[in-house]
Amino acid sequence: MKAEIYVTYKQGILDPEGNAVKKALNSIGFDAVGSVRFGKFIEMEFVDVDRAAAEKLAEEACRKLLANQNTETYRFEIVD
Amino acid sequence: MKIAVIVFPGSNCDHDAYSVLKGIRRMEVNFVWHKATDLNRYEAILIPGGFSYGDYLRAGSIAKFSPIMTSVIDKAKRGYPVLGICNGFQVLVESGLLPGALITNRNLKFLSRPVSLVTRTTDSVFTRNLNKGEKLVMPIAHRQGNFTADEETLKEIRDDDRIVFTYGSELGGNPNGSVLNIAGILNKERNVLGMMPHPERAADPLLGSTDGLKIFESLAGNS
Repeated sequence: MKAEIYVTYKQGILDPEGNAVKKALNSIGFDAVGSVRFGKFIEMEFVDVDRAAAEKLAEEACRKLLANQNTETYRFEIVD
Repeated sequence: MKIAVIVFPGSNCDHDAYSVLKGIRRMEVNFVWHKATDLNRYEAILIPGGFSYGDYLRAGSIAKFSPIMTSVIDKAKRGYPVLGICNGFQVLVESGLLPGALITNRNLKFLSRPVSLVTRTTDSVFTRNLNKGEKLVMPIAHRQGNFTADEETLKEIRDDDRIVFTYGSELGGNPNGSVLNIAGILNKERNVLGMMPHPERAADPLLGSTDGLKIFESLAGNS
């Protein structure tokens, strides 16, 4: 069982990497790209836990370490 | 004043800070490894610059779980001065001792050059020797020094006179995109200062500026 975790900047927080990549995409012809948000993708594997416990652990890991809640938001999926 | 310079794996301004503090009258300085847990004999703490834990995940985010940080937070809560420089500022923010966050510089570059600072408050042990509005020159060296916070936090630190340094207009102005040109802030109790510029790299005429000494002399209580 593992958690697939996505951490991105909150709306309203300037995302310098996202902005730079958006400009690069626009400059090579991707005119339809209006905005790009950068973030992190984290895979976390669990040993010997059920789904409910995995969800709880993923939530706690996001809150305590993986996301800085001042600037970032997170979501995750538990997959088998 | 006995001051501890905390050393994390990846700290790289620890020796600079140590060497400068050693030269300050009435300062007694020691290195303290991050695995230590006891800071009882110290009256002040300095968290130096560098790349603690390689800056993995977010700068300062892993260092906050080092054993020593429990004692650093305890010292801070008991009113002892804690100074975080550069990566040290990032560690203090991640630890919750200071508000806001330090994100990637506006231009995505690692910036290593002198900046101009304006002293915004002298109401702290770190700046009591300075004058309000006094300009200082010292270097920055960071990629994640772009200070940001929500409106409510910004209002609070502004109303409480907790913005200590802002980037001045000289030497290229605000280098990293920090909101309100913020270069350094205090906690509510005014005993914890985090700043991105490096006073320890501006403490010898050979390095082009001795402005950084004013902060260490203030802290030591020397006139």
